[in-house]
Amino acid sequence: MRQLLPFYALLGLAGLAPLWLGDYGAGLLLGMTSAAILATAWAMFSGPTRYVSLATVAFYGIGAYVVAALAESQPWPVVLLAAAGCGGLVALVVGLSTLRLAGIYFVIFSFGLAELIRQLLTWYEVNVTGTLGRYIFTEFQPRDLLWQLLVLLAVTLTLSVWIHRSRLGLALRVIGDDETVAAHAGINLARSKLTLFVISSVLISLTGAIQSPRWVYIEPSIVFNPTVSFTAVIMALLGGANRIWGPILGAVPLYLAFEFLSAHFPDHFSILLGLLFILVVFALPNGVLAALERLRLRKGAGV
Amino acid sequence: MIGFTRRAAMGLLGGVAISALSLGPGMAQAPEPVRIGYVASKSGPAAAGAGITTIPNYELWAKDVNAAGGLKLPDGSQRPVELISYDDRSSAEDAVRAVERLASQDKVDFILPPWGTGFNLAIAPLMDRLGYPHLAVTSMTDKAPDFAKRWKKSFWMLGGGHDYAGALAQTVAKAQAEGKVNGKVAVISVADGFGIDLISAARPIFKEQGLELVYDQSYPMGTTDFAAIIEEVKSSGADSFVAFSYPPETFALAKQARTVAFNPKIFFTGVGTPFPNYPGIVEGRQEGVMSVGGVDGNSEKIAAYFKRHAEVVGTPPDSWASAITYASLEMLAQAVSRVGLDREAVAGELASGSFDTVIGEVKLEDNQLRQLWLVGQWQGDKFVGVAPADRTGAMAPVIPKPAW
Repeated sequence: MRQLLPFYALLGLAGLAPLWLGDYGAGLLLGMTSAAILATAWAMFSGPTRYVSLATVAFYGIGAYVVAALAESQPWPVVLLAAAGCGGLVALVVGLSTLRLAGIYFVIFSFGLAELIRQLLTWYEVNVTGTLGRYIFTEFQPRDLLWQLLVLLAVTLTLSVWIHRSRLGLALRVIGDDETVAAHAGINLARSKLTLFVISSVLISLTGAIQSPRWVYIEPSIVFNPTVSFTAVIMALLGGANRIWGPILGAVPLYLAFEFLSAHFPDHFSILLGLLFILVVFALPNGVLAALERLRLRKGAGV
Repeated sequence: MIGFTRRAAMGLLGGVAISALSLGPGMAQAPEPVRIGYVASKSGPAAAGAGITTIPNYELWAKDVNAAGGLKLPDGSQRPVELISYDDRSSAEDAVRAVERLASQDKVDFILPPWGTGFNLAIAPLMDRLGYPHLAVTSMTDKAPDFAKRWKKSFWMLGGGHDYAGALAQTVAKAQAEGKVNGKVAVISVADGFGIDLISAARPIFKEQGLELVYDQSYPMGTTDFAAIIEEVKSSGADSFVAFSYPPETFALAKQARTVAFNPKIFFTGVGTPFPNYPGIVEGRQEGVMSVGGVDGNSEKIAAYFKRHAEVVGTPPDSWASAITYASLEMLAQAVSRVGLDREAVAGELASGSFDTVIGEVKLEDNQLRQLWLVGQWQGDKFVGVAPADRTGAMAPVIPKPAW
């Protein structure tokens, strides 16, 4: 855990940043922190098990909706607990019924999950409440949200390190390599996968919950935007989904690249983004960290 | 070899940079432009709405202002307008960040609103905190009075679901009193923002007006086949048909109603009906179709605006929020000409002044535009306002609607 100390210090510094960065800087850091949590939480489950999940936005949206439903009536910590609880519960139910799916079937199912939850919510709003949009009025300034997200990022990373070193992490890596072998080695497949899926989903739900006061008004089409799922995957893959620091090292530069592209090439964003992705997949198939390691090894061999 | 080409490329870049720099001083002799920023959805699900109603009008207005010598200031001088735009990719988070960027990085003088209720609400607290007047044009919400109180510099210009449902109910009730329809209404609504707002407002209002809702169904967004619904409506005894729909369904309904010769006496569909491409979709048989919105069919200013829009943008504007969007920009320009570029003063002038625009003389009430066309109808090749019936320029509705 000591390796995390400099990182905590860095997060503390980032927390001070809004004092001189202003609104734009705080907003930028906020988005970046959120992207880093989503990518890390995604990789926590999908990295070792190699189950590519496109359900990120389902849990992100659940978090936001819990806030919209409760923020007026409950104190903030209760709201966050409820968001974590809802996300975890849905992950548990979904995980129990679907983690037996493997490969492409799981990918398709996880993508459908976001749409399913979105449609269920829409049905509920249409037939029960009679309004689709909900309002989130809180007193939070961007920097308040940033601080909360920074704490969540610290928690996410600590969990990630801890799991990586625990028996659970080892079990998951074995599952990722070969499920049959893992089962024969006495690993409880279902329980290991489910535990990780729930933890990862809770973290994602909390991210959506903390970030949602930024939007003031939410409706299913706003919070269940599939782009969120795709960017989490791409960020984690860029950095390296099997490494603790990989997702963050993917999220930060990609987020800055998105921001740069949309600020300077607002009309060509999608084209440039597509090119960037192709480049990433061709040039860095195993992620930045793996490429750096290979480079270092090659240099070492040369000497 | 690589080194050479790279050096050549750098040289070229340097040359471009220098020539760009040398252009700078030459430009400086002209008055410095007023920088106006906007964020709108240029991609993603909201791009269709922004691309029809919002962005073309911003560009048209900037062109018009600059062609007339620029934005007038109280001292009589003129400065050109420079538009700075960002794409929010239909994401509220990106819209918020783009506004932060416009305010603190680009330091623009004014910020124009994005398209859609959700996006306008997302940026409203920020605009308020940063001190920018917020002309939330394309936001249809019944909560506008509350929002105008909460954010003092915000202006709400499209009314709410109750306004539109109320005017529609009155129109139908009046036709019933005149013996033109039987007072039985069939309503379908899309299970999304617009449809839900309108149907929940319409249910009690229709009852109040003594109308009978004999059919009331919601359908999921993206429905393409309405054959079963049309059959059920036909046998429901209703002779007024209302659909609170989005453009794809609006177009599908029109086509399928024509195919099966479904000819209710009132045929009312939602968003998309006032679009300029609607007559093309029904092959010129649009006469009598009703919807929300409308324009003053006798106004020369509107006619001139439609013509200019068609010339500059390539298509005529839609007949609901386009003219209002353009009018909001004229209001901004006139407010600046009276009080200058001070944002606080401009917001005050927008709230209290009266303005001469394409939609006529405009004066906001409690930061809201209340002179709205709530029900419109295709009459000839124009989509004209028919309700509120007592507003100047209102046309008498054509009921029953001629067969397709």
